[in-house]
Amino acid sequence: MKIHEYQGKQLFARYGIPIPKGYPALTADEAGNVAARLIEETKTPVVVVKAQIHAGGRGKGGGVKVVKGGAEEAKAVAGKLLGMQLVTHQTGPEGQKVRRLYVEQGLDIARELYLGLVVDREKRRIAIMASTEGGVEIEKVAAETPEKILTEHVDPAVGLSGYQARKLAFGLKLPEGSPDPKLTVAEFVNVVTKLAVLFDKEDCSLCEVNPLIVTKQGKVLALDSKINFDDNASGRHKEWAELMDKDEEDPVELEAKEAGLSYVSLDGDIGCLVNGAGLAMATMDIIKHHGGTPANFLDVGGGATKEQVTKAFKMILSSPKVKGIFVNIFGGIMRCDVIAEGVVAATRELGLKVPLVVRLEGTNVEQGKAILANSGLRIEAADGMGDGAKRIVAAVRAA
Amino acid sequence: MAILVNKNTRVVFQGITGSAGSFHAKQCIAYGTKVVAGVTPHRGGETFEGVGPDGAKIGVPVFDTVADAVKHSGADTSCIFVPPLGAADAILEAADAGCSLVVCITEGIPVTDMIRVRRALEGRPVRLVGPNCPGVITPGACKIGIMPGHIHKVGRVGVVSRSGTLTYEAVGQLTGLGLGQSTCVGIGGDPVGGMDFVDVLKLFNEDGDTEAVMMMGEIGGNAEERAAAFIKAHMKKPVAGFIAGATAPPGKRMGHAGAIISGGQGTASDKMRALEAAGVRVAPSPAEMAVTLKSLL
Repeated sequence: MKIHEYQGKQLFARYGIPIPKGYPALTADEAGNVAARLIEETKTPVVVVKAQIHAGGRGKGGGVKVVKGGAEEAKAVAGKLLGMQLVTHQTGPEGQKVRRLYVEQGLDIARELYLGLVVDREKRRIAIMASTEGGVEIEKVAAETPEKILTEHVDPAVGLSGYQARKLAFGLKLPEGSPDPKLTVAEFVNVVTKLAVLFDKEDCSLCEVNPLIVTKQGKVLALDSKINFDDNASGRHKEWAELMDKDEEDPVELEAKEAGLSYVSLDGDIGCLVNGAGLAMATMDIIKHHGGTPANFLDVGGGATKEQVTKAFKMILSSPKVKGIFVNIFGGIMRCDVIAEGVVAATRELGLKVPLVVRLEGTNVEQGKAILANSGLRIEAADGMGDGAKRIVAAVRAA
Repeated sequence: MAILVNKNTRVVFQGITGSAGSFHAKQCIAYGTKVVAGVTPHRGGETFEGVGPDGAKIGVPVFDTVADAVKHSGADTSCIFVPPLGAADAILEAADAGCSLVVCITEGIPVTDMIRVRRALEGRPVRLVGPNCPGVITPGACKIGIMPGHIHKVGRVGVVSRSGTLTYEAVGQLTGLGLGQSTCVGIGGDPVGGMDFVDVLKLFNEDGDTEAVMMMGEIGGNAEERAAAFIKAHMKKPVAGFIAGATAPPGKRMGHAGAIISGGQGTASDKMRALEAAGVRVAPSPAEMAVTLKSLL
């Protein structure tokens, strides 16, 4: 689960990580008011109006505006940003509608750094990456100049040690050019140490500060925040429900999630209903292998009920782009009769206007096949996943 | 021989009175697995009932702690069906009680918990399979987990996979061609787990009962690339492979917590290339996994 920059910064503030002064705003009027308040509080005329969407690259996409002309100008800028479709390299060509803004004090920036915390799967530790190349896409730095990324791993038994934070600070040459080198290094160490604690306590899967800035006065602040939470930990973070912005989520994927299903929308026209994530991916692959294109990834899981299967099948049936459906089940825990009942129930309700190929294997396969055969629906039975994929691709082509 | 589990393996089920735990404990008992104890706190003293492959009733004593269970039953292996937020604790409890193998089926354990678990297990004589996995089976001898036992056949192909149902698919194809399996290991779909491909390949490499290996990987991380490096340098037996997720879009989690392409890393094509370069024969489609393996024999 992703949260907005301003929500991440509120979390930073709670952990004692310095952030610029700022306030969220949902309307242009509100943005004008908080801009006036910021100018008053900071005694500087510069504010920054930032579009809040769950995607990176907002600055380049035109979603971050520096305003030097006071509160009225901030209000005008906010009016233009709100409601725009902001396109960045992470949103896709259609962009994401801007519904929230964050208005922040302007600062005198001396240096922009990159700081990111991720799970290093190979080392099985949290990795802290720091780079002098702040404000740039870190993937690009990693690909072109990997030597510019410094990495330290957090030992879960002892936490991040002070020397590790200092290694990063001196590795980034933080004392150079700072009016107060000791202050700059100390502030950086403070930020990194607290971020490592935050990552663990708040169950993040990603925590990025890009850029982390050093001001002309030598102070260190988080100018941006990007936090993803580990969905597996939602059971111990009731507060996440309030942080979720449903406008930023794919409505179909959200609907699936609420029904306990795992669903990802894709660009193709063959809907898939599969049990198990690996088999679901393999089913998409084999459709492509035989010249078709999958419309979705859908894993009904191992222990789905008839209601969940019905819900899943309805989601596929109601998608306008779906020209054919392939149900591929290898029942381990999942019983084939439950799948068949769900498919029939959904079809009774919504009707079946496209070809349907079903491959059933595993527990209660005979009952499952009988339910489908007795349903009176036009269902093509497949013998194995290869046969099933060929049949659905052929049926969609013929239609 | 086979690897990890055999007919002498003595299993304690953690979470044996829960709905999934009790269902699968019964299935394992029916397969012939020696389920010698169960654990559910506050349920110690009860008896869990199952029916063995010969139709005889089998009573399994339930204990409050794994330490008690191991002491009284001589269990050496644990199978965990504890809900996600308690599962990390369950793994540590099994390790502390002296189990040398812990198979964790639970899906949805927070990654920070698994990071702590891996740190706590460092240097200890315990192997962890999973979490978020179907378990381990040595056909005809011992089934620990949720895989359907009947699709397996005794034989000489080692199977290792990050996925559950895709493993069943591969096993079903192998059995269909008359190729039995020595042991099948589901290492799980989480970003941080227990044994990885290399750990399992090492065991298959030294196992006299294993003649060839079928491995199924998927997008995300670099476990397949590390497996490829091991295979190139050390593997004495032929390996066939498949990587799921060639059509998966970047940045999207495909069901498994670990199945995500991030920052251009962890794509199926990179993994296939690495495996092919290491001499692994990669199946062109998931319908041809067993046929591909057979072509190596």
